Amino acid sequence: MNVQQLSIFLENKQGRLAEVANLLANAAINIRTATLADTSDFGVVRLIVDDVDKAVDVLKEGGITAVKTDIVIVDTTDRPGGLAKVLNVIGKKNLNVEYLYSLGTRGERAYIALRFDDSEKAVAAFQESGVVVVSREDLKALNMA
Amino acid sequence: MIWNPDAETMPVGQRRELQLELLKKQVKYVYERQPAYRAKMEKAGIKPEDIKSLDDLRLLPYLTKADMRENYPYGLFCVPMKEVVRVHSSSGTTGKPTAVGYTKKDIEIWAEVMARALACGGATPDSIIQNAYGYGMFTGGLGIHYGGERMGCAVLPASSGQTKRQLIYLQDFGTTLITCTPSYSLHLAEEGGAEGVDFKKLPLKYGVLGAEPWSEGMREKIEHNLNIKATDIYGLSEIIGPGVANECLEQKGLHIFDDHFLPEVINHETGEPLPPGQRGELVITTLTKEGFPAIRYRTGDITALLDAPCPCGRTHIRMERITGRTDDMLIIRGVNVFPSQIESILMDIEGVEPHYIIYLRRDGALDDMEIHVEVSEKVFSDEVKKLEALAAKIQKEIQGVLALSPRIKLVEPKSLERSMGKAKRVFDERKI
Repeated sequence: MNVQQLSIFLENKQGRLAEVANLLANAAINIRTATLADTSDFGVVRLIVDDVDKAVDVLKEGGITAVKTDIVIVDTTDRPGGLAKVLNVIGKKNLNVEYLYSLGTRGERAYIALRFDDSEKAVAAFQESGVVVVSREDLKALNMA
Repeated sequence: MIWNPDAETMPVGQRRELQLELLKKQVKYVYERQPAYRAKMEKAGIKPEDIKSLDDLRLLPYLTKADMRENYPYGLFCVPMKEVVRVHSSSGTTGKPTAVGYTKKDIEIWAEVMARALACGGATPDSIIQNAYGYGMFTGGLGIHYGGERMGCAVLPASSGQTKRQLIYLQDFGTTLITCTPSYSLHLAEEGGAEGVDFKKLPLKYGVLGAEPWSEGMREKIEHNLNIKATDIYGLSEIIGPGVANECLEQKGLHIFDDHFLPEVINHETGEPLPPGQRGELVITTLTKEGFPAIRYRTGDITALLDAPCPCGRTHIRMERITGRTDDMLIIRGVNVFPSQIESILMDIEGVEPHYIIYLRRDGALDDMEIHVEVSEKVFSDEVKKLEALAAKIQKEIQGVLALSPRIKLVEPKSLERSMGKAKRVFDERKI
């Protein structure tokens, strides 16, 4: 059920992020979600793209450190308490979230990406608790990947 | 004052006789007790009895840092460990440091030459010496300490760092002479100035400063900012530690205590001896050491000998301040660092590429080291905290070996120049 995200290491240098976007654009890869975690020296860019394997190859060829990372995407209601419901499972099951970000909404639904130490355990915990976990196929169908 | 007028003002001719006599003895002693050096002499076809004049010194093979590495740690000691009373250590060219051993007599000689050095720099038995060199395996702290005590000064074993405390001692403990690196003295002036310390009102009069290169420009600044007379001290652990040479108050070159340490300056490529006034590599032969004597040790330091008489009355030959190195050794906050040491530390960290660049800058008075390390795919994690933990680990490992805390900057793979022949690994942007 895991979805693979593209993770990229970039130094904090002018134009570096644009370079990544251009490499992907030239390879006709579509970026669906982008987030950036930064420190004073470097940034880690996390992207959900429509072809993650091709994206890794393209970036590597361009001399950029890019790897695939497993993330878990959940579907929750776009209403007050939607995120709380997801986080409560995490708290109850003692899961360790490294980071999370939102993929946006579709109608009444909101989609959250989460990174865990142990994705399998997280997926099982969500399923047990009635939180819907979204697959790559689901994302494609939603036009989110 | 001149600490030991008999030795220090001895007529040059008489000292040369003494040097020859001591040299013969030291060479024989080493030949008999230091198998590694004996092997070198045998290979060169030289016997101790071939040394008949001081000029014959040049027949003898050199001792180098490589010999210390090959005989690590105690292989070059000439006495059994039960006669060794102290071991000090310095930077090696790889992950391993170097070790030097002292007998009781060596420690006494060290105290004697250090007392001479301090007297050169203005000390008298009335002095209160704040010794802000690091105490520990580094020779600076204890070397100066024993010299000060030998003279009968009051020694404050302040050790390095803790600037606020140092400023309190300077203001309250009556310090008249400070010993530290030149850059640290400027740092004290800056920090003290910011706290409203008026150096003109302090009893501080002298600074005996060394363990790193400095310039006349820096001296002017130090003398002005701290309101002291500053002299340059020279030494290295392989010879004894601080106290090999010190400037007198004339400030025109450092007197080498050449009844204990016989200097030569050579062309470091050809080995050809150079006359006074010409710059080359300083080579030193110990004349009186027991624990770890060194015959023709290649210091790697660049200087020139000055043989004109000095108005101070000392007849010890002088040398110029050190103007550089023949190798890639760096001196950072008084600590000797070989880039190869950093490389071997990086290579020991799983997944870290041995591609790095060292940047040295002087931010304010003190040296800053920043090391750029490439993040390979192997160590890349998309979790920022793991990358930060990696940088912290590299910093800790380096600090563990060098006792210096560099800033670690993770950079993209292959962003650093690859070794096409000799890669430039060090960018020294310090203005000295």
